Amino acid sequence: MSIINKHITVSSSTKSLSEIRKFIRSVAGESGFNKNTVEEIVLAVDEACTNIIKHAYKNSPDNLIEINARFAASTLTLTLIDYGKKFNPDYIVPPDLEEKLKKRKSGGLGIHLMRNLMDEVIYEVSNPKFNKLTLVKKL
Amino acid sequence: MDEFITKILEKEGVIILSLNGILDAHTTGKLEEVFEKLISESKFKLIVDFSNLRYISSAGLGVFMAYVETMRENGGDIKFAAMKENVYNVFDLLGFPVLYEFYDEVEKAEAKYREN
Repeated sequence: MSIINKHITVSSSTKSLSEIRKFIRSVAGESGFNKNTVEEIVLAVDEACTNIIKHAYKNSPDNLIEINARFAASTLTLTLIDYGKKFNPDYIVPPDLEEKLKKRKSGGLGIHLMRNLMDEVIYEVSNPKFNKLTLVKKL
Repeated sequence: MDEFITKILEKEGVIILSLNGILDAHTTGKLEEVFEKLISESKFKLIVDFSNLRYISSAGLGVFMAYVETMRENGGDIKFAAMKENVYNVFDLLGFPVLYEFYDEVEKAEAKYREN
């Protein structure tokens, strides 16, 4: 299997989600994942980008999200970079749905999904200039 | 851009809300508007027909979480029907089947409302 290296930069608007999904669907398909797994990877990246748009950039649409996709050694590595507010995902615990229903809040669902759907989810917030999220899926 | 369309049908006091297309963080606003309108009209008994919904992210699930208690407090509910497998998997991963009723057909959800 040859190495795949692709890149996309989009604006931090929810309008971009459609384009992001198309890009990920294409890369994951090309990497050889089956249809179901492709859709799981697409959803994980959608959730990651939705969180960046809502939380890192506070719904301000004029910022950038960079996505790098690399497939090598039977492993798809997706790297998402943003320049927004930092957040510590360790504070996010698995959601207690009943509690959330009572409070009518739905935060934290996206991270829970990402962790379920991908083999690895790694946040790096140590660089002062940007945030980096790496999502890994093995073929 | 991906489309999201809703359609409302009222049948013997029960609202059947059909969703068509893609429900993500970009399109949830449309669904929230529908819920606000239904609540303003005191319509609390709801069946969501998912048969034409191709994709959902957690932003979409968040809308149902935000409104279900209001429906239930007013003698209604949000019941889910006819989901495609990929859509159901998202609800399942987040534990929704414990707190919501899922039906394979809209008619079965209607029958459940008529029982009560």
